[in-house]
Amino acid sequence: MSFKTIFKRLMAERLAFISFIFLGILVIIALLAPYIVPYEPFKQDLTKVMSPPSTEHWLGTDGLGSDIFSQLLMGSQTAIKAALFAIMIPLFIGVPLGILSGYFGGIIDDIFMRIVDGIIAIPAIILALGITSALGVNLMNAMMAIGIIFTPQFARLARGQTLQVRSEPYVEAAKISGAGSVWIMVRHIIPNISPPIVVQASFNLSIAILIETTLSFLGMGAQQPEVSWGNLIQQGYSMIDMYPWMMVYPGIAILLTILAGNFLGDGLRVALDPKQRKS
Amino acid sequence: MFLKFLLRRLLYVIPMLLITTLIVFSLILLIPGDPVLAMLGDSATHEKVEELRRQLGLDQPVMLQYFHWLNNAIHGDLGRSIFTGQLVDEALMQTLFVTMQLVVVGMIFSIVGGLFFAITSIYFPNSWMDYVARFFGTLGTAIPNFLVAMVLIIFFSLKLNWVPATGFTSIVHEPVSFLQQIILPGFSLSLAGIAVITRHLRSSLMETMDADYVRTAYSKGVSRYQAIFKHSLQNAMLPVVTTIGLLFGTMLGATVVVETIFAIPGMGQLVVNAIGQRDFTIVQGVVLVMIVMVIVINFITDIVYALLDPRIEY
Amino acid sequence: MNTETLLKVNHLKAYIPSSKGEIKPVNDISFSIKKGEIVALVGESGSGKSVSSLSIMGLNAGAIKYRPDSSILFEGQDLLKLKEKELRKIRGNDIAMIFQDPMSSLNPVHPIGRQIAESIVLHKKVSYKEAKKTALDLLNKVGIPDAERRLNDYPHQLSGGMRQRAMIAIALACNPKLLIADEPTTALDVTIQSQILNLLRDLQKEFGISILLITHDLGVVAETADRVLVMYCGQIVEEGTVEEIFENPQHPYTKGLMDSIPSLYGPSKEILDAIPGVVPNPLELPNGCNFVTRCAFATEKCYEVSPVLEKHSSGTRVSCWNPLTKEALSENDRESAVIVT
Ligand code: SF4
Repeated sequence: MSFKTIFKRLMAERLAFISFIFLGILVIIALLAPYIVPYEPFKQDLTKVMSPPSTEHWLGTDGLGSDIFSQLLMGSQTAIKAALFAIMIPLFIGVPLGILSGYFGGIIDDIFMRIVDGIIAIPAIILALGITSALGVNLMNAMMAIGIIFTPQFARLARGQTLQVRSEPYVEAAKISGAGSVWIMVRHIIPNISPPIVVQASFNLSIAILIETTLSFLGMGAQQPEVSWGNLIQQGYSMIDMYPWMMVYPGIAILLTILAGNFLGDGLRVALDPKQRKS
Repeated sequence: MFLKFLLRRLLYVIPMLLITTLIVFSLILLIPGDPVLAMLGDSATHEKVEELRRQLGLDQPVMLQYFHWLNNAIHGDLGRSIFTGQLVDEALMQTLFVTMQLVVVGMIFSIVGGLFFAITSIYFPNSWMDYVARFFGTLGTAIPNFLVAMVLIIFFSLKLNWVPATGFTSIVHEPVSFLQQIILPGFSLSLAGIAVITRHLRSSLMETMDADYVRTAYSKGVSRYQAIFKHSLQNAMLPVVTTIGLLFGTMLGATVVVETIFAIPGMGQLVVNAIGQRDFTIVQGVVLVMIVMVIVINFITDIVYALLDPRIEY
Repeated sequence: MNTETLLKVNHLKAYIPSSKGEIKPVNDISFSIKKGEIVALVGESGSGKSVSSLSIMGLNAGAIKYRPDSSILFEGQDLLKLKEKELRKIRGNDIAMIFQDPMSSLNPVHPIGRQIAESIVLHKKVSYKEAKKTALDLLNKVGIPDAERRLNDYPHQLSGGMRQRAMIAIALACNPKLLIADEPTTALDVTIQSQILNLLRDLQKEFGISILLITHDLGVVAETADRVLVMYCGQIVEEGTVEEIFENPQHPYTKGLMDSIPSLYGPSKEILDAIPGVVPNPLELPNGCNFVTRCAFATEKCYEVSPVLEKHSSGTRVSCWNPLTKEALSENDRESAVIVT
């Protein structure tokens, strides 16, 4: 399947199409955020504390008079950054390890898989907290922690897929015709195992944002002057009885982003499924 | 035969425990620079630093440190809190029961809600119930639980004033206030669980409803109700049992958030406070206990699965 | 043999409305089954034989709609007009069914005994305990050794042949008047096949049940049935007694099926080898005779006008413009052989 047909099939899924557009816009906003925010996200204006939405402050201001809309835009940058960074670690460490483990097998593979099972048994948030508390509390470390949590999942997936592909006739044929291991892995294994990994990665983008906002909410992620949607909700929470709607906007932002990631994943799964020829 | 099966599964659990405890232990190695200084802060006196170093066994080779630590842990000795000096195992004992109550409630909500939505959605296909179930299944995993918690607090505590927003009473002390106070945290904890079970059980039921043996059941003259409850459901539950087992771990992690928001004095709150205070021995202790619980639950899940599926040979 | 009619299917038309036009899995078939008779319904997959049998059980998927002039009279009662609740009283009680794959057709998480007893409890006013006793008798009757122990066995603990015997025990649980056997031996080994067929015949003799045997294999028919209906593209193309059909298949399709019976001496042939071409797309049926795309005997008329099922000299019914005669058969054998290769 060429990239073009995959893309066409993806866009044929209505929800995936909408999600794709939504996430595209979000990425653009995230890139441009520092230049397009109407106000400095944390610039205080004590004359306009907790003002309702107006033409001046589209989504109103918070307890210190800072513009919520600007904070929201900056928050998108944090979310996208965290998700992309977090997904790189399993893709560049977990997947290669999984491929090697599955391709060569043997005792190393056994030990490796036991370790992977072990890490997967640890609840994600707990492991993230453990890692951030050891490394020190800040956004960078939170992203690292999320990446580390994802790594065994991807290693296991890559290993399983490699085991399947390894026994395919064309790989056997390549081996017989004298192809080296590296050649086979690059030319045959990686292209053939990528579809499920891409699907998993798109789901994990959502999970990464979920964990990032959760950590930030707990005060274990982004620290000022970084803005995370999780922080914004936490601030809203502290004023929950006076101004409960302050957390509505970041809440909706989180919800839509995660939903979009999930729908995109669903769409990719359909689009990349070789069995599902278009009807 | 069953005993042999149990033993075999147990044998699998032991390396798992070794690996995960090693991971927990090695978290300390991640601390950049001198971990003792990092824990105590720069203002600590020299004696205090040396004492903690000895207490943590950090003057020995790493592997030896691990076995030393593990040996102590097995005997219930997890050291003292760096911040308060309280014994870590004591702190854990105080909070463990609280967290367990919360998780059990969350689990019950998840299973009951998941079964309800999945079955009604299958029983009344394309009805509004079906759409509610599907909507819920999609949305439930996309909402972070801190958001759910807050929305619930806003509506049920602040607006309607039905239940208190925060606080906790143990079920053994006052069952009534326990129920009042556990409902919101329990639901916040279980929303994702309900969604996951609904989704998985629904698709599993759809498959089994089309299975040949359900057609056989119909050919015997059973009703749709009997076909679902007597023939489809037990088969459809099999893969879901594993999901429910995995859910336990997720939920245990989520208590961190829920306990913080609802001011429930459980392990989750303990660990969050401990991180804020750089109380690393407590963090290690909590992580350790949670992992052991997850592994035990996985073990139980395996056994339940084997009991439910006659095809599995012990 | 009793000559009373048990089941009478009249102009059964089961259609699936779709955006591209109506699909007609069963397009106007009529036949009847007498008490104590074994009737075989023969055809390839997609010929409409399974939809026909499921229509009798009232178990077709919701997408299938019956034309108002269709009727299925069972002891004079029109099954197509019954409410679901009334149908449930008949299913498993008066009409029972066994399916192709006994492994997937038995519930993997229930013991065999319970699956048999369920039928009984559903239709008779007895306790599960009494029903279990009947179940034990049934297991003995269908020839399962060590029945007492087998009662508590799960399907995966039985062999394929034993599973199908257990299925038959379930079907017989309430002494049905009609047993529909949908490809009952297809999933089984050859030796076990004939055991199961023998069992069906014995049971028919013992209890006087009528059996509707659905199969694609004329070999099975020869061993078991009294009368044969051959279906192609949702219609019956030939009908006759087993002797008549085997002695003189008049429809070219029947002849093709006959040639595909694996002979004891030669290599077995697939239907596809014996009859060239494929079953036409149900949305693009040819004009005239449905079989025209694969027929070696087609004439111009076949392309224009559909033949109707007519009584022929020999007493069989056949829907073909150029029915084969016994004399022509030997001659034509050579001709069709050329086409096959
Ligand atoms: S009617 Fe013509 S095409 Fe049809 S079966 Fe007879 S000979 Fe063949």
